[in-house]
Amino acid sequence: MSSVKKFMFVNRKAPYGTIYALEALEVVLITAAFDQDVSLVFLDDGVYQLKKGQQTKGIETKNFSPAYRALADYDIEKLYVEKESMQARGLTEEDLLVDVAVLSRAEMGALMDEQDVVMSF
Amino acid sequence: MLHIVNRSPLSDCALESCLSTASGGDILLIEDAVYAATSGNAFEGKVRAAMGRFKISVLRPDAEARGFGDRIIEGVSPVDYADFVELVAANKTCQSWL
Repeated sequence: MSSVKKFMFVNRKAPYGTIYALEALEVVLITAAFDQDVSLVFLDDGVYQLKKGQQTKGIETKNFSPAYRALADYDIEKLYVEKESMQARGLTEEDLLVDVAVLSRAEMGALMDEQDVVMSF
Repeated sequence: MLHIVNRSPLSDCALESCLSTASGGDILLIEDAVYAATSGNAFEGKVRAAMGRFKISVLRPDAEARGFGDRIIEGVSPVDYADFVELVAANKTCQSWL
């Protein structure tokens, strides 16, 4: 008997400076194999993960940002970005490499409350 | 002296501490601290206000990796790894605000 649960992955860290962003992405891709209801949210410095134009050759690190565009192929289509976080960083939806739904902080909190499982990164 | 900061100004107080503690000299923004020198971020005003007291540089490969190679604010100098070494060698002491 399998039942679909609501999984939320909360991304709050910038990419490359720490391993959190990459680790979150790995876990999300694993979760995708189990046909669950997956939401990815990006707030605080997590919004930087979705910035267009990442060029990592100079730091000799793998650029994992194209993987966010591949998420749709794994039926992960619920991507949410927190509006205030984006504004505080001078970013607009135009700066992001995937289509996202933009939520206020209050809406993000409400969405969090609806989840069965919340994974924090 | 040289002050090196590697934390994002919007999630850690390292740069804030650096700016309020140090009296002057060089500041090099590396890793996640490069976000401080990007246009439109909430910490931009504090970086601009510090320009008179400090010579501020940003490590270009770290800015490019994060997609901000073309959005560094005027008055902050993009530098490469060789320049990083020069900065360290040119200063008698160095504080890393870890």
